[in-house]
Amino acid sequence: MSNAWLSGTIIAFLAGSVGFFVVLRGSAFAAHAIPNGAFAGAAGANLVGVNPLVGLVVFALGAAFGISSLSRRTRSDVATALALVMMLALGAAFLATSNAYEPAVNALLFGEILGVSSSELLPVAILAVVCALGLSFLYRPLLLSSISSDLAVAQGINVQFIDAAFLVVVALSSALAVPVVGALLTFSLMIGPPAAARIVASVPHRALALSVVFSMLTLWAAVASSYWTNLPIGFFVGTISAGVYLSARGWSFVQSRRLLRALL
Amino acid sequence: MHVLFEPGLFSNATVRTALVLGALVSIVSGVVGIFTVLRGQSFAGHALTDVATAGGAGASLAAVSPLLGFIGGAVIGAGAMDAIGVQRVKNRDVATGVVLGAATGLAALFLYLITLQTTTTGSTQSILFGSVFTVASSTLPDALVLGALVLVGLGMIRRPLLMSSISPELAAARGVRLRLVGIIFMVMLAVAVGLSAIVIGSILSTALLIGPPASALRVSTRLSRAIVLACAFGVGATWLGIVFAYDSYYWFGAGHGLPVSFFVVADVFIEFVLVSFVAARRQRVLTSPAPVTSRQHVEWV
Repeated sequence: MSNAWLSGTIIAFLAGSVGFFVVLRGSAFAAHAIPNGAFAGAAGANLVGVNPLVGLVVFALGAAFGISSLSRRTRSDVATALALVMMLALGAAFLATSNAYEPAVNALLFGEILGVSSSELLPVAILAVVCALGLSFLYRPLLLSSISSDLAVAQGINVQFIDAAFLVVVALSSALAVPVVGALLTFSLMIGPPAAARIVASVPHRALALSVVFSMLTLWAAVASSYWTNLPIGFFVGTISAGVYLSARGWSFVQSRRLLRALL
Repeated sequence: MHVLFEPGLFSNATVRTALVLGALVSIVSGVVGIFTVLRGQSFAGHALTDVATAGGAGASLAAVSPLLGFIGGAVIGAGAMDAIGVQRVKNRDVATGVVLGAATGLAALFLYLITLQTTTTGSTQSILFGSVFTVASSTLPDALVLGALVLVGLGMIRRPLLMSSISPELAAARGVRLRLVGIIFMVMLAVAVGLSAIVIGSILSTALLIGPPASALRVSTRLSRAIVLACAFGVGATWLGIVFAYDSYYWFGAGHGLPVSFFVVADVFIEFVLVSFVAARRQRVLTSPAPVTSRQHVEWV
């Protein structure tokens, strides 16, 4: 179980910080598509018998590059949708040829709290540090280009490079999260808690900190619930994330009501 | 002839049902998809497929018809997304993502409960990735009626829908009730997603919804031509996929075929890449700088 807590904490930290930018940039769809690339990678690694982490990282990066290169030809939401279904279909084909048994498939799609073994903990931690470092280097230009890409261009920032670098960070952190949270639910950890944080806090760095806190609380609650009830962790991550977001919406509604009453 | 069509392809009743159902679903998805792409609602369309997954899994758990589950789930999802604010552009992305996440969580729960309840395996894969070969031919009449309803419905709201897709401000100024049109369209989208879920699986139905229309809009800026092309691309991809999947049983030895949904999605994807390539070359030849898929370049019909 200590593995589950440790890997869960690393994943939640990354998802909270990456997710802050995902929400700010409005790239929820890309954040949903990239983990599905990782899913195909895990299924493919299973088929040819290599380390699943390698498959996860390679395919998540492939999905990120696929999305950004297709985006040059068409609207980005269409590009994302096409890359997403292609990756999922590849994953389905890999699973069909490797005759994977059902619990393994479900674990890949919907998560498994013991998804990171103790031997994988070190590579996961190293990759997480790489992601965190990358994000801290990108912090200022990324923040600026997320808020106003015109302003960023005027400041001499290479916006296309920043976009691509950000997708790489999303890909790496998805690859780490997929074994635990599941391919289909990794993104909900990157959307619900950060979106809630953005509603509650108005200053960027405070929202970022709060996003990490919400994301960790969500994942810890999900790991604990999954451990006690034996139900898949993805169910808890998906519903708790949505709950956190809806609570923040409710909180801000009550706040604005109170403010209105004080003014009148 | 045997290179493409393995023996018994056309005398097989399952294959014939698959071809008819595949064509029907591709046409409905093609028409609905053109508007989805124009409105920039690919993410919403994809989110509905995930809600449909939860519906399909729930239906399987409660032993009701999967078509009912897929469509019921998608319609409820469309309502939820409207309630939490998908229509307002500001929060659209997050609202869609939250509904998608919650629905996928529910799907995870249902699929897990199914594995506890039954001893048959493969229900996760059959719900998510589907197989047109396993659809009962008794589903065909229901699918026909639902498909026809969607097409007639879209035909009825065609003008306000197109106007509000291209320029919401203009449409509002002309007295179009944007919200109402938006909701009706989401319900049509939900039914279309449910229909294609039975053919290529719930989470892959995005492929038929977005791929062929996006390809069609690359080469044609006339709405009527784009719709016809989208249907043709969709039917082509689905039929080729069915033929390849049937043949693949012979390629790898009995029982080791690849899933039909994989072939359909791969066809859709390859079609898009080829069409984009051709369109880009043609554009270079004509040296016209017009980007084809932007909203403003769609001509009125």
